[in-house]
Amino acid sequence: MKFGIVVFPGSNCDHDAYHVIKHVFGQPAEFLWHKDRDLRGTDLVILPGGFAYGDYLRCGAIARFSPIMDEVVRFAQKGGKVIGICNGFQVLTEAGLLPGALLQNASRKYVCRHVRLRVENATTAFSRAMHRGQELRIPVGHGAGNYYLDPDGLKRLEGEGQVVFRYLDNPNGSINDIAGVINQTGNILGLMPHPERAAEPVLGSSDGRWFFESLVGGSAR
Amino acid sequence: MVARVYVTLKPGVLDPAGKAVEQSLHSLGFPEVGEFRLGKYMEFMVAGKDPAAAKSRVEEMCRKLLANTVIENYRVEVE
Repeated sequence: MKFGIVVFPGSNCDHDAYHVIKHVFGQPAEFLWHKDRDLRGTDLVILPGGFAYGDYLRCGAIARFSPIMDEVVRFAQKGGKVIGICNGFQVLTEAGLLPGALLQNASRKYVCRHVRLRVENATTAFSRAMHRGQELRIPVGHGAGNYYLDPDGLKRLEGEGQVVFRYLDNPNGSINDIAGVINQTGNILGLMPHPERAAEPVLGSSDGRWFFESLVGGSAR
Repeated sequence: MVARVYVTLKPGVLDPAGKAVEQSLHSLGFPEVGEFRLGKYMEFMVAGKDPAAAKSRVEEMCRKLLANTVIENYRVEVE
């Protein structure tokens, strides 16, 4: 499986994702520049963490209009797999590819630490190496990760099993402790925690491996 | 023509920054302040002569970029 990692001006987790995919999982990976209009045969697009376009106006608001995003939207609408991590999640909500929005953390503080997550849906392409109820320890690093969705939308999201990950120690005030959601057709995932920062024991947790193992089809550890 | 855009958070959407300002006002001796909401004000020039047409263009800008209608309302004035 070939991974394409979008690089916006201000992305800062692009190399972390590249490293894990290429060097930990031995999969082909390529950077995709935000001004390009070609996904170069990518099977799965990652929108990485960072502060794309300085997060001016709103987090992800400007990034969603970069040339590469036209291709990402087209790819996603045809069923192509897209993952937004942290700032990438914000870009996906701004682009309307995922429901909801990410508000400033309720604490008004930037939060940077490991959090505990519970896997709520292990039937998705992004979580199939996990099991429902499994706990993961993965770091977050964000100032605007406070997921919000209107009450009707939230009911639908929960009812359809679109909440994939939930915080056990909510770091940002996110509604229903939501940490990661998937779209209705199951090919677009957004999450605030950073699995790419927790895929090797030297980093203090390798629980992020489950995420990549789900994607590359390998068996669990 | 001048366009003025007011972007405000929808009712019920958490406003941590607004809350902080409200608390500061309270501690500065303005206890009468309540329900404080922090929004955005934008002002820019728009070419053309027809204010009604310009207004509908600016509203389109709001829906596409200036506001996130999942969490924000907007109001446009053109003159």
